[in-house]
Amino acid sequence: MEGPPPLLLPDSDNATAARPGDALVATPHRPRNLGDRLWAAGLVSLGGGLAVVAGVIVLALGRLTTPLVGRVHLLEFLKGQDWDPVAASFGALPFIYGTLVTSLLAIVVALPISVGLAIFMVEIAPKGLRPIVSFLIETLAAIPSVVYGLWGLFVLVPWLRQTVEPALARVLGFLPLFQGPPIGLGFLAAGLILAVMILPTIASVTIEVLKTVPISLREAALVLGATRWEAIRLAVLPHARAGIMGATLLGLGRALGETMAVTMVIGNTPEIHASLFATGYTLPSVIANEFAEATSGEHMAALAGLALVLFGLSVLLNAAARLLVKAVKAATGSFG
Amino acid sequence: MTQLARRHAVNAAMTLLTGLAVVVALIPLALLLWLVVSKGASGLSWSFFTNLPTPVGEPGGGIGNALLGTLYLVGLACLVGLPLGVGAGVFLAERGDGRFGSFIRFTAEVLSGVPSIVVGIVAYGLVVVPMKRFSALAGGVALGLLMVPTLARTTEELVRLVPGSLREASLALGIPQWKTSLRVVLRTALGGVITAVLLAVARAAGETAPLLFTALNNQYWNFAPDQPTASLTVQIYNYAISPYEDWHQKAWTAALVLLILVGALNLTARFLTRSGLTREQR
Repeated sequence: MEGPPPLLLPDSDNATAARPGDALVATPHRPRNLGDRLWAAGLVSLGGGLAVVAGVIVLALGRLTTPLVGRVHLLEFLKGQDWDPVAASFGALPFIYGTLVTSLLAIVVALPISVGLAIFMVEIAPKGLRPIVSFLIETLAAIPSVVYGLWGLFVLVPWLRQTVEPALARVLGFLPLFQGPPIGLGFLAAGLILAVMILPTIASVTIEVLKTVPISLREAALVLGATRWEAIRLAVLPHARAGIMGATLLGLGRALGETMAVTMVIGNTPEIHASLFATGYTLPSVIANEFAEATSGEHMAALAGLALVLFGLSVLLNAAARLLVKAVKAATGSFG
Repeated sequence: MTQLARRHAVNAAMTLLTGLAVVVALIPLALLLWLVVSKGASGLSWSFFTNLPTPVGEPGGGIGNALLGTLYLVGLACLVGLPLGVGAGVFLAERGDGRFGSFIRFTAEVLSGVPSIVVGIVAYGLVVVPMKRFSALAGGVALGLLMVPTLARTTEELVRLVPGSLREASLALGIPQWKTSLRVVLRTALGGVITAVLLAVARAAGETAPLLFTALNNQYWNFAPDQPTASLTVQIYNYAISPYEDWHQKAWTAALVLLILVGALNLTARFLTRSGLTREQR
């Protein structure tokens, strides 16, 4: 980067010269007149405002959980299986379990469909079809959670109870996953509705990632005699693997925090069951149901603690996902 | 030759499967939209938009206060969220190439994945605890905070669509940077910024979870920022989980109204990006 002098603005620092790929407009970091200095300071403080928001979120959550500090041990809180606010017994495990089971189920269902959809959109679909499908996928993403919940409660749950769960029990009933009375409400319903809700997230990020795969890779595979699918499997997908991983983590992050639709179909019982037909509870659902009516300070603090767990999980997942997607895009840049 | 035939068969089968994935992905959308429209449309009437909710069995109840409440809450949310979100977005687009910019961008990306219910708890801690009551203000703060990260990222993307040549032309004429930013870049990007705002508003209007313990709910009209306020989404939730057939019907109709509201905002945003000057330059 030391070679050529900066293009515009003779008084700008060499250190700030444009990186390859940047627009050729150099932005000097030493504004000359008062207006420029004020404008720069204003912009930087507006940007800093976002960091302040992040700080405020952490502080507010932390402060709400303080009544619990010293009374409940963190590990016991996370490992405890008993949730009984009246007896001041707070164990988060049933909620963590429910959140993980429903989210993983959602990923298992949504991932193959999303990747298939993304492959179709990037590699196969005729040009005219793409904007239509992407519009429909955006619509799917724009539907409010509570409307999904309404649909899940009155359409999906009865269908599961009458048709799907009895059929699953007949065919796969030897697995502990598919045992017990078909209630409709429960992990299965929550996982399926989450799958529909996270599908647009995974699909759109995967589409983005697939688009960054260099065309030369496809051409190289095709010229060696690969069929279109072989080119996708051998050249495109390996290149995009980390990015698809990132898309999956983003979807997982979204599934973990989804509240309304899950609350409406999971049955809301703080229990741990192996069967997907059983009812359960998730972190966001218990917060949604109990926070407004929390009786004691400890109960409220315990719920805030659950929120803190949820916050931590989502930050970790999102950070990992963004870094993965970014790494894929950066790697593609060097291919030219 | 059989090998080749097999490879072609696999190719055809996989192509078909990816096409099938699209169909499977879109079936829930079709079912959901069809159901909301077919179940909800029968309850639509003028009084549904203007009346207060009635107890079970009493005919003629509406969602007037909830609809107004949603608009009110979203308005308050804009007061909180727009300056921060749009401001941070402009910062990212104009000065966001350095280390600090990358840090803020990453923060925005991570924050946009934070569950809305967590943000609701934050608003509870910030507003409800000191005021000692549920209020429209708390709901507005929750939705506002929720808007900030996504709004910042969309604003950045759309401001960055302004071609560099416009900025160069302005700078070449000796116009200072701040004037170039405000009068040339941001004016050009105005359509984009409005799009970003509309998308954020649509998202906020559809949120339920952060309102459950901030704005709570209200059976009556409310305009006071320090009182509990009804909203369309919370009303749908309450009606849906009630045991009454009559209220279920109202939930479907209210869901239809919500979908129309959110859909209209999204379509307007889409239309604006299509027609704006920014579009031509892509």
